Amino acid sequence: MTTSRRPRLNIGAVRSSFAPWTDPTLQPLVRFEGVTKRFGTEIAVNDVSLSIYESEFFALLGPSGCGKTTLMRLLAGFETPDAGRITLADQDLAGRPPHQRPVNMMFQSYALFPHLSVEQNIAFGLKQQGMPREQIADRVVEMLELVRLNGLAGRKPHQLSGGQRQRVALARAIAPNPRMLLLDEPLAALDKKLREETQFELIALQQRLGMTFLIVTHDQEEAMVTADRIAVMREGQIVQIGRPAEVYETPNSRYVADFIGDVNLFEGSVTAADGKLVKMTTADCPAGFEALEDDAVAVGATAWLGVRPEKIQLHLDPPRDGPNRMAGKVADYGYLGDWTTYVVELESGRTVRAARANASRLVARPIACDDPVWLTFTPDAAVVLTR
Amino acid sequence: MSGRSRTGLAALAPLLWLGVFFLFPFFLVAKLSLSDTALAMPPYAPRVDWSAGIEGVRAFFAALDFETYARLTSDSLYVASYLSSLKFAAVATGLLLIIGYPIAYGMSRFPPSQRLALLMAVILPFWTSFLIRVYAWIALLKPQGLLNAALAQVGLGPLNILNTDTAVYIGLVYAYLPFMVLPLYAVLEKQDQSQLEAAADLGCTPSQAFWRVTFPLSLPGVGAGALLCFIPMVGEFVIPDLLGGSGTLMLGKTIWTEFFANRDWPAASAVAIVLLATLVIPIVLYQRQQQKMIEAGQ
Repeated sequence: MTTSRRPRLNIGAVRSSFAPWTDPTLQPLVRFEGVTKRFGTEIAVNDVSLSIYESEFFALLGPSGCGKTTLMRLLAGFETPDAGRITLADQDLAGRPPHQRPVNMMFQSYALFPHLSVEQNIAFGLKQQGMPREQIADRVVEMLELVRLNGLAGRKPHQLSGGQRQRVALARAIAPNPRMLLLDEPLAALDKKLREETQFELIALQQRLGMTFLIVTHDQEEAMVTADRIAVMREGQIVQIGRPAEVYETPNSRYVADFIGDVNLFEGSVTAADGKLVKMTTADCPAGFEALEDDAVAVGATAWLGVRPEKIQLHLDPPRDGPNRMAGKVADYGYLGDWTTYVVELESGRTVRAARANASRLVARPIACDDPVWLTFTPDAAVVLTR
Repeated sequence: MSGRSRTGLAALAPLLWLGVFFLFPFFLVAKLSLSDTALAMPPYAPRVDWSAGIEGVRAFFAALDFETYARLTSDSLYVASYLSSLKFAAVATGLLLIIGYPIAYGMSRFPPSQRLALLMAVILPFWTSFLIRVYAWIALLKPQGLLNAALAQVGLGPLNILNTDTAVYIGLVYAYLPFMVLPLYAVLEKQDQSQLEAAADLGCTPSQAFWRVTFPLSLPGVGAGALLCFIPMVGEFVIPDLLGGSGTLMLGKTIWTEFFANRDWPAASAVAIVLLATLVIPIVLYQRQQQKMIEAGQ
């Protein structure tokens, strides 16, 4: 099955040509249609509609309690929707128990079987499929090589490190060759260094197998690095779906802007909007703001300007007057090694975060607390948010 | 005082206890089993003649022998009584597993808030004296008892259960059920529910998930429960004595008969020592299994 699938194109600019969701002739692999799930009086998933395409790496991102895990468990069959339907390859999954669904899940706790060896854990689903013994042995060896666990076949889970256990769980879920792999916070239990390495391994693995991956995570970096598309969730609903760069650079709400990465939000009112440039007045900047925005914005309406800290320039000498220019003094800074984040207090009293890459080794700190500084940003660095 | 000698003192307490209440009586019984019967009070010989000094002690040891043990093997009553006891204990352990496992499993699937109440219900019978509960079974099972009265109401019976092996099995299963349920419950309750979900995800129906995951993971509890019931049941006296018939052959009864009816203390002691030796084997096996589990970090 795997080999017959269309091979995926690679990372970077070429990968951006993989966009099945823009092709109206393609049928999605998985479709959620108006799915709602309640637990008692609490609505965990609220009228969610979503399509995931063959060979896509899709991420559900949101804070804990936003319903992302419930949405995945609905697909796996561990929960039953109260309303709506879920189809996989145009087949309604309603009434199908988990063991009859062609999806496999990698659990957050890994849920390895402690009484079985690594080999037996990986073979578990294959045995259940009724695969002949010799084929199981071959498939297990293949899986062990795939996740680089050769030589550990006979170990029991308690004899493995956390990272090795994670890979066993991954191999066990991939072995039966599911139509779709569900990953519930797959990297949450790993330390930072290992997590970063494993992110790239996951991408490589997904590309090699051409398998459809659905990952649930609360870690925005994990979602950004691994996924083709991200769905940002809030209180049981999807608030935005897009490529990682789209979600980061053009968030559709203050919630998304704030959840993904750091953002400075300035409240103001729109004075002019011509479909290209939006002008705003604000208490934080005497000359007002200008931002490139091709979406229609009503003149006179309240809006928020979102500017990411790394898109703000910090000046020690006053730049020339104009819009998008604010004066203040350094209230605090945090040295992160690669970046330094400055917290600047404006004359209006509010604080703004500005980040600077530490391009050269820091000998004498050029900027100290209480230093007067000026902040500027270009019109294409800012995004106008109306909700 | 150094910390080391403090722990030494602390270790002394259980040793002292075991010495006084286990080892010393054990040696007394072992010595008795090597003696001969005598028409005297106490009814065995030899006894140390302290007036003869070291010679007396030497004569005492010279008179000890294994004659009683030889008698145990030659008299088919003892062999039959061992085999019968082992059979009673083994069959009852099997019945306890069949009855206790579903109870423990059911309890572990209740919401945690309700489990405590169920646990209390399992332990509750201990609040009544064991003897009274066994007597209650007599009242239930006797020919004019409650069971037969109830059966007569629906035109059945009467069943003659009391003073048969069946009554002994009923009594054993009833009395030892908590000792089977509690260790089973302890392992089943600990089970990670996501393992069952993983099994379902990998294609198992609920019953397949039970046999491939839940049951193998509960084996330590099965072992603990089985040994906890099997070992005391082999030597059980009260239940076969009160509920069993004249033909019910169990070691506890044999020891009692030898001791009180036949006044053959050496034979009773020898039977007890052999029983102890027989039970050491499953206990050692159990300990080794526990050790393995601890090493496995479970």
